Amino acid sequence: MEIIDGGKTKNTVIVAVKGRMDAVSAPEFEKRLGDWIEGGEIRFIIDFCDLDYISSAGLRSILTTAKKLKAKDGQIFLAALKEAVKEVFEISGFSSIIPIYDSVEAALSQA
Amino acid sequence: MLPMSKIKEPAILEHLERLLEFVSGCAKEKGFTSKRIKEIELATEEALVNIFNYAYAEGPGDVEIKCGLDGDDRLVIEILDTGTPFNPLSLSEPDLTADVADREIGGLGVFFIREMVDEVQYRRDAGRNILTLRASK
Repeated sequence: MEIIDGGKTKNTVIVAVKGRMDAVSAPEFEKRLGDWIEGGEIRFIIDFCDLDYISSAGLRSILTTAKKLKAKDGQIFLAALKEAVKEVFEISGFSSIIPIYDSVEAALSQA
Repeated sequence: MLPMSKIKEPAILEHLERLLEFVSGCAKEKGFTSKRIKEIELATEEALVNIFNYAYAEGPGDVEIKCGLDGDDRLVIEILDTGTPFNPLSLSEPDLTADVADREIGGLGVFFIREMVDEVQYRRDAGRNILTLRASK
């Protein structure tokens, strides 16, 4: 997994996550986002266009992050999910609790 | 059943990716699509993480995976450990309708195992937990 800081637009941090979010790599995502949140950031768009695989550990790290943000009136949007990743969000019901957009641009228009 | 390929590794998170590569390599060799391989990998990861977390509270141990095809051309993955007797299929299903605030962290692993493959069976045999996953193409 690779996490790329895409900078801030409209007061929202855009973060690209590439590769695999599994039980090995998901804690790193949670830590990076946690560091940003501690630094005062509360709005995020996660660009998943190069994410190939996610497991329950990845979902758990996103849910933990969403809970931290909810407590601070922040938000996390996910964008550009590949088919296999989208399927995991849909069957787990996560697509109804975390906002998902077709593209970073579409997410930004709602941010 | 045709001969199965095998891998055995210490049951710790550091070996997850090697174990998953073995399973995806086996599925690929048997002609499964990349979409199906990811689903099979997901079910396998969830089963392995359960073993890493719960099987060997008493001390370190190994996990073994066997992979092959059955007579119906389904991929068969047997995941074996010699840890504490534990049937993951006995866990209750997560509440998939709760919102962010109420959603419990975790509980999804076994749900994914059931969803991603066609058939899952658990048995305890000769001091081993054996979880068998069967996935059609």
